[in-house]
Amino acid sequence: MNAPAQPVLEVRNLSKSLGGKLILDDVSLTLNKGELKVLIGPSGGGKSTLLQCVHYLHRPDRGDVFLEGRSAAEMGRRNICAFRQEIGMIFQDFNLFDHLDAENNVAIALRKVKGLAKAAALARARAELDRVGLADKADLFPAQLSGGQKQRVSIARALAMDPKVMLLDEPTSALDPDLIGEVLNVVADLARGGMTMLMATHQIGFARRLTREIIFMENGRIIETGRPDDLLAPASESRAAAFCAKLTELLGH
Amino acid sequence: MSSASFSLSGLLSSFSEAWPTIGYLLGGAGTTCILILAAMLIGLVMGTVMASGQVYGPPWAGRLVDLYVWFFRGVPILVLMFLFHFGLAGLLETAAADLARSDLAARLFGARLNLRPRVSPFVSAVAVLGLCSAAYQSQIFRGAMQSIPVGQFRAALALGMSRRQAVAAVILPQALRLSIPAWSNEYSILLKDSAIAYVVGVSEIMSRFKAVASATHRYLLLYVLAGLLYYLLTAIGVRLLDRLRRRVRTPGLGESDATGY
Ligand SMILES: Nc1ncnc2c1ncn2[C@@H]1O[C@H](COP(=O)(O)OP(=O)(O)OP(=O)(O)O)[C@@H](O)[C@H]1O
Ligand SMILES: [Mg+2]
Repeated sequence: MNAPAQPVLEVRNLSKSLGGKLILDDVSLTLNKGELKVLIGPSGGGKSTLLQCVHYLHRPDRGDVFLEGRSAAEMGRRNICAFRQEIGMIFQDFNLFDHLDAENNVAIALRKVKGLAKAAALARARAELDRVGLADKADLFPAQLSGGQKQRVSIARALAMDPKVMLLDEPTSALDPDLIGEVLNVVADLARGGMTMLMATHQIGFARRLTREIIFMENGRIIETGRPDDLLAPASESRAAAFCAKLTELLGH
Repeated sequence: MSSASFSLSGLLSSFSEAWPTIGYLLGGAGTTCILILAAMLIGLVMGTVMASGQVYGPPWAGRLVDLYVWFFRGVPILVLMFLFHFGLAGLLETAAADLARSDLAARLFGARLNLRPRVSPFVSAVAVLGLCSAAYQSQIFRGAMQSIPVGQFRAALALGMSRRQAVAAVILPQALRLSIPAWSNEYSILLKDSAIAYVVGVSEIMSRFKAVASATHRYLLLYVLAGLLYYLLTAIGVRLLDRLRRRVRTPGLGESDATGY
């Protein structure tokens, strides 16, 4: 009934040690076109490290990442920049460029990396800001934006590069509760629009609604994967269910 | 009446005696200004490159810069000035003359050239003050670069920028803004250090005031005026840099936005 699954991103047997400690232990996963997969797991489990390795911000010790079949391990320095450009990355703490206003935060990589002229880059930037509901904030600087607005600018900045995949590393963890919704809405819009995404989050309710696969990570390994309803059912006795029950107890929702 | 004793009429007659030399004296200020502008520019360019290498470059680049800074911090400018002008400059002149007479020059210019290039005192002074200021400026920029959250660098890489692009487009513009107050301090120090250029024969403020003082024997007046002139140049430079700092300030960042207690 569905078109045959097209893998966009394949992570094969990634391992990574940092400071002499094994942080990622033989992690593999596949993202098909239009899929959103959600990474959950206890703090220190290796979610951030996994996303950074996928992006080659950390070079994995073993294993490889394939973007539409092209191996990242076989790319040289120059090609890695092109590879990264095709994978959008959203950070927990936004990492906007503090000296640039919102539209220039989005435009700068269009100019430096894609070589667009200034006017074209700014036009594209404003279109992307509009898409995340910030058309009226284009000339505000990061220090003048709320956390939720900053994260939406960072999403616009990533989208402007026309990424094939988006990696989101707890995009709402640094936000006040009343600002989480505006960012999750943008992510949900992207998911409905068919963006391929891998997202680490503690927003279990959000994950249940939007994803068909949850990946539970602990101690650098993928312990369990499955549909949220199966994996998180209280009767499933899965580690993921126990973890989520604890989260719910702590956060009270 | 000896020239050291002080009286109003003595001072006034000093003035009238020194007045015809005013153009000559102020010309020295022009030389000093060009001297330190050139030195600061050399220091700025070398300093940013060295700081970038130290913060975002390979480990060997950091060690190389450490060595450089250690050397220029450890040796007095006066020693460096003599070392360069009376030692190294001579070697450079000989090497350049040899090169001009060599086969290489014959191949490049079609003839062996009989040149006797000279390193002028001014060039020596610019080189020494510039190299010295580079050491200090590199540490100003290094501190500023290290204070920019590394996440911004990572975000720039994540967008597909090379390390060099990320440093140039994201880190340096912020680090240079943050450096302006320390840079203004470096300017005021370098301005006064530039008086040392007098010892190798640069015709700057100190050298010209000394010449007029010796000729007229009005030592007190002329050295007071020399001091005032340095003070004036410091004040103007610091004022201008503060204006620059305010002009390039990022909205929402920095102290002047705080409106409460
Ligand atoms: N540069 C480093 N050197 C040494 N250890 C590191 C380094 N970076 C991360 N680690 C360790 O790697 C482990 C995994 O960290 P990581 O940030 O990937 O976890 P996480 O699942 O994202 O956690 P969180 O939910 O808190 O974000 C942690 O134990 C952390 O201390
Ligand atoms: Mg993390």
